Amino acid sequence: MSAADAIAVAGVTKVFGSGNGQVAAVDDITVSIRKNEFFTLLGPSGCGKTTLLRLIAGFEFPTSGAIWLDGADVSDTPPFRRPINTVFQNYALFPHMTVEENIGFGLKMLNRPKAEIAERVAAMLKLVRMEALAGRRTNQISGGQQQRVALARALAPAPKVLLLDEPLSALDYKLRKEMQIELKRLQAETGITFIFVTHDQEEALTMSDRIAVMAAGRILQVGSPREVYDAPADRFVAGFIGESNLLPGTVERVSGGLASVTLSVGGRIEAVAPDGFSGGGPATVVLRPEHARLMPAAGAPEGAIAGTLATAVYFGTDTHYHVRLADGSDFTVREQNRPSVEARFHAGDAVAAVVEPRAARLLRERP
Amino acid sequence: MARPFDVRRQRGFTVVAAFCFALLYLPIVVLVTYAFNAGESIANWEGVSLRWFVAAAGNAQVIDASIRSLQIATAAALIATTAATLAALATTRTAPYRGQAATFAALNLPLMVPEIVTAVALLIVFARIKMATGYTGLGYLIAAHTAFCIPFAYLPIRARLDGMDLNLERAAADLYATPVRAFRHVTLPLLWPGILAGFMLAFVISLDDVVITEFVKSGGQETLPTYMLGQLRRVITPEMNAISTAFLALSIVVVTVFFLVSRKRD
Repeated sequence: MSAADAIAVAGVTKVFGSGNGQVAAVDDITVSIRKNEFFTLLGPSGCGKTTLLRLIAGFEFPTSGAIWLDGADVSDTPPFRRPINTVFQNYALFPHMTVEENIGFGLKMLNRPKAEIAERVAAMLKLVRMEALAGRRTNQISGGQQQRVALARALAPAPKVLLLDEPLSALDYKLRKEMQIELKRLQAETGITFIFVTHDQEEALTMSDRIAVMAAGRILQVGSPREVYDAPADRFVAGFIGESNLLPGTVERVSGGLASVTLSVGGRIEAVAPDGFSGGGPATVVLRPEHARLMPAAGAPEGAIAGTLATAVYFGTDTHYHVRLADGSDFTVREQNRPSVEARFHAGDAVAAVVEPRAARLLRERP
Repeated sequence: MARPFDVRRQRGFTVVAAFCFALLYLPIVVLVTYAFNAGESIANWEGVSLRWFVAAAGNAQVIDASIRSLQIATAAALIATTAATLAALATTRTAPYRGQAATFAALNLPLMVPEIVTAVALLIVFARIKMATGYTGLGYLIAAHTAFCIPFAYLPIRARLDGMDLNLERAAADLYATPVRAFRHVTLPLLWPGILAGFMLAFVISLDDVVITEFVKSGGQETLPTYMLGQLRRVITPEMNAISTAFLALSIVVVTVFFLVSRKRD
């Protein structure tokens, strides 16, 4: 691992069960998480993201491979000797202690002097804006407040890495939005490395410095939110992060990193090819719904993707047009709504989609 | 308008309920009342008096039996609660293991085995040990009471642990608590009401046991219930009522204290 890494996961596999019931929840994962980074593990439930987090926390130990923390191998270190703290999904606050006692627990277990603990707890209460409720029992405060206490408790011992296991999933929409901003602020103020687990792609995109997209115990892609959104590594990433249209076709030629693809539903697209791509033949193009525009079929330029409008769904900020293509598949176009302009198209209209330049990407097919 | 089904509105419900409560509490009311009888009889009321309480308090055999009962109940409940706490921790705070169902069965089976069977079995085994060692002290009764108290102590402790999030101990470990300190600062304080309930239950069960005690006790080892049973075979005076009433009062005090303590904890 390099000196800039807070955590290095090196070829870690975690197998649960025995005999025929063996399942690799984490399957040979190698990834490095940099210091002061907001790093997100994103994937559907059962993809192994929580197991990976628990391996880093020390609640589970790898079947094979190693976990490095700040240059030291901690693979066999129990959780109470790792300078890593966790915010649990259900918060796991100690119900027999007050808010203050919860926040001070870690420092007390580290045998810090009483005066130092009191000072640090006061600072943490201020950080999460909970000064007024310091003496309350944890079952006497709201879910959002419990969340703040859980954060303060995990941050109080100033860990090298903070792990967050879907901490916002129990909150309602508005509170979740507030806490997202709050978490970003806390990470910036404390400078602690955050590893955040979520299945919510929007949460991952808005909060992360980098995202690791996981499925079936593996990491499929690691990159900035922009990279994983604009240049998904494969079909799964393209489908899991945001909506996307997947169009099969044939690559005619590649030049200057652009592939000219004839689509099997008719029409032609210039798609950005992955680095080092040179082959021809069958391929899949991925296109985000907001990167296409709809126009009447009559007068559409050559190469536009033609079809019939099946439905138009109004979403407030934008309208989703579902277009039926020649082979019966669905193609989605998303257009921003403008004030006092009625929907431009109606179900049954013959329409054509025009794609913005350099918006479509050729998917690298995995063997 | 059709009303939803409500058992309290069924015809005859009040009568059945009243009958059941009368059957439960009327004999106790009669028993307690005659404890205060001034006369010699437990059937003829001859005015209010505390003479039978005074008599019981001055009866050396009653005092002797009461002290022995409390000694046995305290020792048995302490040992049983400790064992039950360890058993409950081992069966709920660990990853599922082979033979877990068998462990539960083994722990709870004493509740199903007829008491007389246990009593006879213990009589035979203890008789051999007595012959071999010559020891005839209270140890046999304490061991026997401990054995049948364990499942009673186990149930409330296990119930308390089942409702306790495993993440609490993980959180403690995550916050630098060694396993011993996590137990001391998180598990034990949260488990305390369950342990107290287990202890009280074991204590009360031991206190009024007759069958096993009758079989296991050596000569001169009367407990309060076996002493009362022996007396009832001879002359019955309101002294028995007075002892029973004192016994009842003790139980009520124990349960009330437990209720107040556990409510304060939550």
